[in-house]
Order: sequence, then structure tokens, then C-alpha cells
Amino acid sequence: MSDDKVVKVALIGNPNTGKTSLFNQLTGLKQKVGNYPGITVEKKQGICKLSNTIRAEVTDLPGTYSINPTSLDETLVLDTLLNEKNDSFPDVIIVVVEIENIKRNLLLFTQIKDLKIPTILVINMIDQMKRKGINIDVKQLEEKLNTKIVLASARKNIGVEELKEVILNYKKLDTSSIAKITDRIDEDYFIRLKNAFPEFPLYKSWLLITQNNEFDFLTNEQRKLVLTFREDLGCIKKYQHKETILRYQIINDVLKESFNVDKSKATDLRGILDRILTHKIFGYVIFALILLFIFQGIFDWATYPMDLIDGAFASLSSWVKTVLPPGTFTNLIAEGIVPGIGGVVIFIPQIAILFTFISILEETGYMSRVVFLMDKIMRKFGMSGKSVIPLISGTACAIPAIMASRNIGNWKERLITILVIPFTTCSARLPVYAILIALIIPNQTVLGILNLQGLTMMALYLLGFTAAIFSAILLNKVLKIEGKTLFIIEMPNYKIPSLKNIIYEVIQKTKAFVFGAGKIILAISIVLWFLASNGPSKFKNAEETITAKIENTQLSKRELQKKVASYKLQHSYIGYMGKSIEPVIKPMGYDWKIGIALISSFAAREVFVGALATIYNVDNDSENAGTIKQRMSAEVNPKTGEKRFNFPTGISLLLFYAFAMQCVGTLAIVKRETNSWRWPILQLVGMGILAYVSAVLAFNILN
Amino acid sequence: MFKTIANLRIGEKAFIEKLCLDNIPLKLLEMGCLPGIEVQLIQTAPLNDPLYIKVNGSHLAIRRETAEKITVVK
Repeated sequence: MSDDKVVKVALIGNPNTGKTSLFNQLTGLKQKVGNYPGITVEKKQGICKLSNTIRAEVTDLPGTYSINPTSLDETLVLDTLLNEKNDSFPDVIIVVVEIENIKRNLLLFTQIKDLKIPTILVINMIDQMKRKGINIDVKQLEEKLNTKIVLASARKNIGVEELKEVILNYKKLDTSSIAKITDRIDEDYFIRLKNAFPEFPLYKSWLLITQNNEFDFLTNEQRKLVLTFREDLGCIKKYQHKETILRYQIINDVLKESFNVDKSKATDLRGILDRILTHKIFGYVIFALILLFIFQGIFDWATYPMDLIDGAFASLSSWVKTVLPPGTFTNLIAEGIVPGIGGVVIFIPQIAILFTFISILEETGYMSRVVFLMDKIMRKFGMSGKSVIPLISGTACAIPAIMASRNIGNWKERLITILVIPFTTCSARLPVYAILIALIIPNQTVLGILNLQGLTMMALYLLGFTAAIFSAILLNKVLKIEGKTLFIIEMPNYKIPSLKNIIYEVIQKTKAFVFGAGKIILAISIVLWFLASNGPSKFKNAEETITAKIENTQLSKRELQKKVASYKLQHSYIGYMGKSIEPVIKPMGYDWKIGIALISSFAAREVFVGALATIYNVDNDSENAGTIKQRMSAEVNPKTGEKRFNFPTGISLLLFYAFAMQCVGTLAIVKRETNSWRWPILQLVGMGILAYVSAVLAFNILN
Repeated sequence: MFKTIANLRIGEKAFIEKLCLDNIPLKLLEMGCLPGIEVQLIQTAPLNDPLYIKVNGSHLAIRRETAEKITVVK
């Protein structure tokens, strides 16, 4: 395959044009998601077979309304198209436009066309043409736009084969501009610009000077020239203004002759839906019901597969022990690796369910209505309507949620959103909550239909949101940042979501989570197992010490083994670590074993359950391993004789996990997104103090 | 007295008269908000902010403070 020819294709278009559907049709499941170097914007690429010897490497660029970026995602689009040394620099660009908003969509097309890169125009959603009374004269449109047009319906797989054919022949595409816009803005100015950068297409030079980016592919000399041109800011703004008006004029002229809509065919479904979904009262009621439904899915439906997974991994551990010969290697597998993997796999149902809901809401166009409904309210807390989506995503994982806050234009609103996201109950907290609730809250039905355990879970979610809102109010008062507002959102047409897109999205997000967080969890599980099954001299002499101590008493072999194991754990490396922090955590009601779990979950919260499983597995009689819950329930406080996980300790732990910032991944992302250590440190310290104080208070009041 | 998009009644249409790039983001122009173009206020959010407008075929939501900077004529 090495002698195959590869054509680099960039897919670009406004949001909501079906660009992703087209990408999925072209590449199928042959996709990979990586990160752009240095930043964490997802880079979606896929391979598409064009002929027996030629393949296309398709890059799905983030959706953008124009080539002038207003966010990090959009900056990336610009950078990919300007930097010829970039390894995704396209041989051919596909601009996807949607039939209904063709006018606005073509603005981006005319900008791209001026870059002198071969460009194909795909007009998507043509299956709706008849119903909407739209007529296009493709031939005439092609002539006026100097391009090749492909009519497509990505969802129905119409036009995809034709598109592949056009990509194959990309060298024949016309790269001339549509109209000499620059001459009509200010001829003299643009001649000066042309002479300054004779090596670039004129429009590229114009983009270089209108953006505030550092373009690292420029030579020092070019950079100096760029800076000189940038000094005349008034001029640049005026010309950008003029440029946009001229582009719209050209588009209007082109469309006048080759595109017409029979208005009588238009239906007002959108208007009717909008009146209901953004209604002063019903709008909020519907949103609340949808949220409730989502949470129902995460808590209720997900528990069935999760219980199965939990049980399956417990039996797998025991099975490994019966099949393999006893020894260190078997122990590593049965006590380190298998529970470690189980601790990752158990998240899949919840994450998949949450992402399914979120992608459905996004696909239908409902998310924009939520932003519209919530903006004014969120602004009272110093955030934006656009903060709602990141906050909801935060219930799955804070890391993608923080990245989703990028489209919040105002820096202060964005910063506050980033800072409070870790308070929302992410799925890593769920296993911790689930197991603690199962241990301390009775499984009872109250008021006929409500389950007490479910209510506790709901209360913890509300607690997380409340903490987020209050800290946002506080931050809004304290932070003195002035910023320009940039709040323009498109209210897209309602659409029936595409099953294929949703499935791809869910698979991709779940995979990213499992392989990203999964590696950390598995690694920590193995380290923990090692630290718990090794130790200094006292650990090695455990058997002799215990045998000597109890010489006179009559003990069965089984009990003796138990004593030895417990002694070993106390004198293992991790036992010493746990004991060294015991004085600090004692006021919260924890012993050194919980201390070990606490230490390990500073890398990632979900490790808590896995850590306890490892600890108690090592501690327990290994013949009847049982599920994690059974092992924890059997744990007794040696001083009081009570269960270790009693009500006060349980509540104290729940509060600690609700508030503390225990996620290395999130801290790293916050550092990257805010470009400063100040904010992650603020989160770590602030949330840590809140967690400690509330846990101590809760334990002492309840005890 | 100036009339701006923020003064429109729900359902009312008017033509954009002037917008100044100093306090209007370029993005709004690029989304189709241009001088001489007809704009219609479709709806306001429950607390009268943001505003849901239709302009040049685009359906957009903008905040009241932005809408107040776009003057319109009948």
C-alpha cells in the first residue's frame, strides 16, 4: 500500500450544515481523533478510498461562519489553510453549504476561494429542496462561482460518489477568484500589500495582517512587515467592514439569477416549535423535564449494565486465582490488573448514555434554544447561556466540558465557567457516590414511588450545581476583568437527529474517555497493588512475628492467615503512607485505609473504589473475594466495633468527594486553557479547603 | 430619537440603518447583519434578553446590549 497516492482534503463549513454527516459518509469508521500539536482541539481525520491506488486523507475542520476567527477552534481553521508547512495543509478544500442558509454559507466559500487552493462546493440537504420550494440552476451557479458544485444529501448518501470523483480530478479545478474584491475596497492599499508579500496570494496576505495571531511559519522579515501593516488598525477595521458588505453584494447578484425560493411552500414548523420551546414558562418546564430524563438514564438505566460489569470482574478475579498457579504473577493479575480494568469498564454505560443525550440535543438544534433561554439567568452568576452546555457536559467529565467552554466569547464568563465546572458531579464521582450510598442509605421507598438512595444521589447532584453557582457568584464579585461581549448564536432549524452521527459521536467520546482516563486508572491500580503487597523488613517477617505472638492461643489456620494478611497490609509501603496522613484525616472520620484511597484518588476520583477494592482484597481472605460492596460493608472499626462505613463517615466522605478537586487531568486542562498555573492552583486550594471543612463539620455534628 | 433593534416589538420588521465596527463585532456582519437589510424581531427570551432576530435569512440570538447599538428605520 506504500506506493498509494494520498490526496489531502479539508472539510470546512458553517456549523449545522451536515459537514459531520458528510465526513462520516466519506470515511466510515476509518476515523481517528488526535490533538493538534500544542493545543487540545480535537483533530478529526479519516481515510477515504477514491480509487484502487488513490486515497484521500480527510480532515474535518471545526465548524466556522467565517475565516476571521473569534475562537480557538476557528483560529485552527485559519492556521490549517494558511500554513503550507502544516501536515494537514489541503490539496483540495470541500466547502459544505446548506441549501436553506445558502447566502450566509457562501460568504465563507467566497473567502476560501480567494486563497487560491482548489475548492469544491458541496450543496447539502438537497433532499429538502422540493419540500421547501427551492430551485437551483447549478450550471449557472458553477460558472458564476468558478467552481465545481456537487449536490448532496449526506444523510441519505446522495452525491457522495460523485464527490469522490471530483476529488480525484481536483487538479482540473479553477482556482481563480470570483471577483476582484480588493480592487473595490481600496486599490492602492492592496497594491502596496501585494508588493510587500509577492510570494503569497493577496487574500492570504490580507488575512495575515487582519488577525492578531502569531503565524510561526513567517520569516522574521515577513513578520516585521505584518506588524507594520497591523499598526493601521482603523484602516483594517474599515476595510474588513467593506469587504463583508461587498462579498454579500456579490453573493446576492449570483443568487438572484441562479437560485430561487417559492415562498408559498414554506411551512412555519420552526416558528411553532420555537414558541413552545422558548416559552416563558413551558420553555423552562420542558428543559427541566429533559434534564430529569437524562439523569434518570444515568442513574437508573445505567445501573443494570454496571452491576453486571461489577459482578463479572469480581468472578473473573476469583476465576483467575483458581486457574493459574498461586504466585506473584497470579496476584498481580487477579488483584491488580483485573480490578483495575474493571474500574474503567464500569464507566462505559453512564458515559455512553450521557453522550447519547447530549448529541441528540445538539443534533436536533435544541441546544441553541437552551442557550437562548438560560443566557440572562446565567449572566447573573457571571456566566453565559453558552455555559449551560459545558456545565451539563461536566456531569460526564470535566475535561471535555472545559474544552467545550471555548466558544464563550467573553473571557471573564469563560474563566468563571472553567473554574466552577469541576463542582458539577462528573461520572468519576458516581462510583464513589454509588458505593457509599449503597452502604449508608437504606434501600427504601418513600412517598410511594421515590427511592431513598436515588433521592440522595439527586441531592448530591444538586449540591454540586449549587456549589458551582455560589462560587460563580463569588468569583463574579471578586474577579475584576473587563471584556468585550461576543454573544451571537445561530438558532438552527430543527432537525431529526441522524442515528449514524449519534452512534459515531458516542463511540468516539467513550473511546476517548476510556483510553484517556483508563490508562491512568489502570496504572494506578497496578502501582497500588505493588505498594500494598510489598514493604520494608517488618512486612517480610510478618509470618514469624504473628506466629510468635499467638503461640499460646488456639487459632485455626484460616484465622492465622487473616491475621498475617492484615499485619502485612499495615506494614506495607502503602500502609505507612496511609498512616502518615491519618492525623490529618482523622477529624473527618477516616482511618489509614481510607487515607490510602484518598491519596490515590488525587490522580482521579474513580480510583477510590478500585483502591479500596485492592486494599480489602489484599486484606481479606482471598478465597471469597466477593464484590467490592460486600468487602467494604464487612469492614469494622476496631475501636468501636461499629461498621467502618457508618452514617457519619459516609456523609463526610460524600461531602469530601463532592467538593474536593481530585483530578490531575482537569488541573492540566485548566492550566492549558487559561495559560496560567494561577487558576488550577486556585481550584485545588479553594475546593480543597471547602471539602475538608465541610467533611469535618459533617462528621462531628453527626457523630 | 434613534430606534434600534432593541426597540422593536415582537414580529416587527425594520431596515438596518447603521452599525459601527468599533462596537459591533465583525462576526455579526458576517452573519448577515448589514446596512440596508431587513431585520425582524422574532422573540425575546423570558427576561427580555437575549433577542431572537431574523436577518438576511439567518436566525440569530444576540444580547440586548448589542441590539441597542444597531439603529433601524422603518
